[in-house]
Amino acid sequence: MRADKPVDMTPIPCLQAALIRIISEGLPLVKRPYAAIAEQLNCSETAVINGIREIIASGDLKRFGVVVRHRKLGYRANGMVVWDLPDNRVTEIGHCIGQYSFVTLCYQRPRRLPEWRYNLFSMIHGRDRSAVTEQVEFIVQQCGLQGVEHEVLFSKRCFKQRGADYRNNRLPLPLEQPVNE
Amino acid sequence: MREFSQLEQRLLNEFQHGLPLTPEPFADIADQLGVYETTVLETLQRLQTEGVVSRVGAVFRPNRIGASTLAAIAVPETELQHVADIVSSFAEVNHNYEREHRFNLWFVAVAEDEQRLQCVLREIEASCGYKVLDLPLLNEYFIDLGFDLKWI
Repeated sequence: MRADKPVDMTPIPCLQAALIRIISEGLPLVKRPYAAIAEQLNCSETAVINGIREIIASGDLKRFGVVVRHRKLGYRANGMVVWDLPDNRVTEIGHCIGQYSFVTLCYQRPRRLPEWRYNLFSMIHGRDRSAVTEQVEFIVQQCGLQGVEHEVLFSKRCFKQRGADYRNNRLPLPLEQPVNE
Repeated sequence: MREFSQLEQRLLNEFQHGLPLTPEPFADIADQLGVYETTVLETLQRLQTEGVVSRVGAVFRPNRIGASTLAAIAVPETELQHVADIVSSFAEVNHNYEREHRFNLWFVAVAEDEQRLQCVLREIEASCGYKVLDLPLLNEYFIDLGFDLKWI
């Protein structure tokens, strides 16, 4: 049966919130995943697809696709590289560092003097420590950072790692996966 | 680490973003790769079971919903496990790990708003007896198109 008149596909807010939870946890791996979600939410497949499209358009998503775990793929070294940059050059240099595919995060954060002088944080995954070190050297050369103070903080033990608890409404959703993902 | 097939490599590398928003997204991926839809689904299911793929879904930006921060504590080596356990016991802490540095304990804390986040950080300081560096995100400088896996 075809609908005779156009249907308002604007998703209601409660659908959006539920969709955010579901796509954070992952799609069901079935032939028609959006239809499966629709059934769960008691709405149409089109409403689900449009709802996800809207979430993507809002800019809240970094990406929507296959989320890989670097460690399981042999990327065992993780270095957080912290840089002490002149404040007026953070944006320019941040964009330079952030353009490389082996850099998985690149953020400006505040200095906390005197204990903490670094204002730019970048994350590099590599198969081993020397691969990470080589990539840091590459960045230094490419972005003209000779003489800029920086340190590489390699990760060691992981004491706790989990995503946000999506079922607990008090805690916000979707977070950075700063270490292994 | 096991060897990955050509199909697995392409699924892992080429579909980290832009999953088709069509009724049958895995059929579209299968068309692009020249394989059957069931092969794509079975392969993704296997990779997910193995833990190589955490999910097929969304990665959100931080700080879009609620408040979060990256925090660090400098802890004497002998006390690290003890302090780490205290930090991990907070529900608001979702990543907590050791790094090689004088500041050797790093964690991500999230809360429903900034005020609650600051409360949590003060509670952590009070519980463990060490000062917490609060390093919230100010600006983000990269376009995340996923991670380019190099197959060796």
